[in-house]
Amino acid sequence: MAFYSTSEFKGGLKIMLDGDPYNIVENEFVKPGKGQAFNRVRVRNLKTGRTVEKTFKSGDTVEAADVHDTEMQYLYNDGEEWHFMDPESFEQMTADANAVGEAAKWIKDNDVCKVTLWNGAPLAVDPPNFVVLQIVETDPGLKGDTSGGGGKPATLETGAVVRVPLFVQSGESIKVDTRTGEYVSRVKDA
Amino acid sequence: MPPDHLPNDWRPSAELAMIQARADLFARLRAFFAAAGVLEVETPILSQAAVTDPALASLSVGGVGPARSLYLQTSPEFPMKRLLAAGSGPIYQICKVFRDDERGRLHHPEFSLLEWYRPGWDPWRLMDEVAELTRVALQRPTLPVERIAYRELFLQRLHLDPWSATVEDLRGAALAAGIADAASLDLDADAWLDLLLTHCLEAGLGRDGMTFLVDYPPSQAALARIRPGPIPVAERFELYLEGVELANGFQELTDAVEQRARFQADLAQRRRRGQSEPPLDERLLAALAAGMPECSGVALGLDRLLMMATGVDRIDGVLAFPVERA
Repeated sequence: MAFYSTSEFKGGLKIMLDGDPYNIVENEFVKPGKGQAFNRVRVRNLKTGRTVEKTFKSGDTVEAADVHDTEMQYLYNDGEEWHFMDPESFEQMTADANAVGEAAKWIKDNDVCKVTLWNGAPLAVDPPNFVVLQIVETDPGLKGDTSGGGGKPATLETGAVVRVPLFVQSGESIKVDTRTGEYVSRVKDA
Repeated sequence: MPPDHLPNDWRPSAELAMIQARADLFARLRAFFAAAGVLEVETPILSQAAVTDPALASLSVGGVGPARSLYLQTSPEFPMKRLLAAGSGPIYQICKVFRDDERGRLHHPEFSLLEWYRPGWDPWRLMDEVAELTRVALQRPTLPVERIAYRELFLQRLHLDPWSATVEDLRGAALAAGIADAASLDLDADAWLDLLLTHCLEAGLGRDGMTFLVDYPPSQAALARIRPGPIPVAERFELYLEGVELANGFQELTDAVEQRARFQADLAQRRRRGQSEPPLDERLLAALAAGMPECSGVALGLDRLLMMATGVDRIDGVLAFPVERA
């Protein structure tokens, strides 16, 4: 089992706290010149996404979390779980709804996602930053209005709903920024 | 802090103007001491003995000369006191000091210290000089100064008497202040006081000028003399500016017997904590036994002072090359 000392703490380090894997978001070292040093740490629970503050006595050790990111190809959803494949080893893995989270509304077959593995099992899935998806339903907009102001909701093939400009129509494909959930552009010949 | 693997990490992390600002600051300090008649001295950075303070971790180097291990100084205090005992009169030094395991926004394992000693002065007079030097260093001639006793600060802000509070009182104050993990942290009374000071009180110190925090609990005397009385206090002070600790000073302990007892108490605590037990500085003890003049002394962090002079909020901003790119 690997351990980290507080002197190794830095943003991005993955540690175990109370049985859950956490990511260090921010680490502040505080020490009076002649006294006890502390690390004030903000950590994010990788299972729940919640961020909390922790106080460590400097010099304390904490168990390392076996967490790392890997690129995996999304294959299909069997109704309960999402199936992914390592594009190099062809090894397949399944992720549950908890792990896939918000990514579920953006990904479609063959998309390459960042999968965070904890003890070898998917813990979280990040969709590609940009995805191209087809609009399955949106109100017919005002013809000739190209200002893009205001916009209207459009339902995409994955079920996600994004605001699109009025000139964008059902059946068209659009590029979406998954980090903000915002429309980027129309995509032709998708 | 930028990642240290970037191909441009050969570059200084400080602006070139900061390199100039450092040189200007050091020139002002040296002019101040020349005018005050304080002698600049130089003492060894490497020593056969090391500090015993359990809160300080010395770095050591091996294979020097006759292949014995030597310690990098955490401050030049011990050899400067030997000069005082030898009759040097008032002295100052600007030097590099080294502290292992200290790295953060305000900490760097290697930093520049200004340390000086005033034989025959009490700490109150020395504090006046520290304030005057700080005004000159920062080129803020009207920067006001205030003093508050450690006990007063805790009573006013946390309704807690550090001299009588139990560990559970201190934990209660930390819980009330919303300090994370206060319920489960395992600390002794001094560490709780340090936690409350660093997490709840320091940020408010030195906001309207310089604040001297004075008269520490005897358990935090370090190398300060204890002033006896109904409530004995350690004659120790710290200077804060804009929430940042800049300097630490003492009415220096001159009693060799008491000094040896404190060294041995430090070593006993180090043993309990499983820390290394460095060799005692017997030459310092011999100098005290031979007779060191009553004096006050202070150490002031120059990197932090430069941060204050230039409005930079990270120590990396005033260092040419921080340790990650050293």
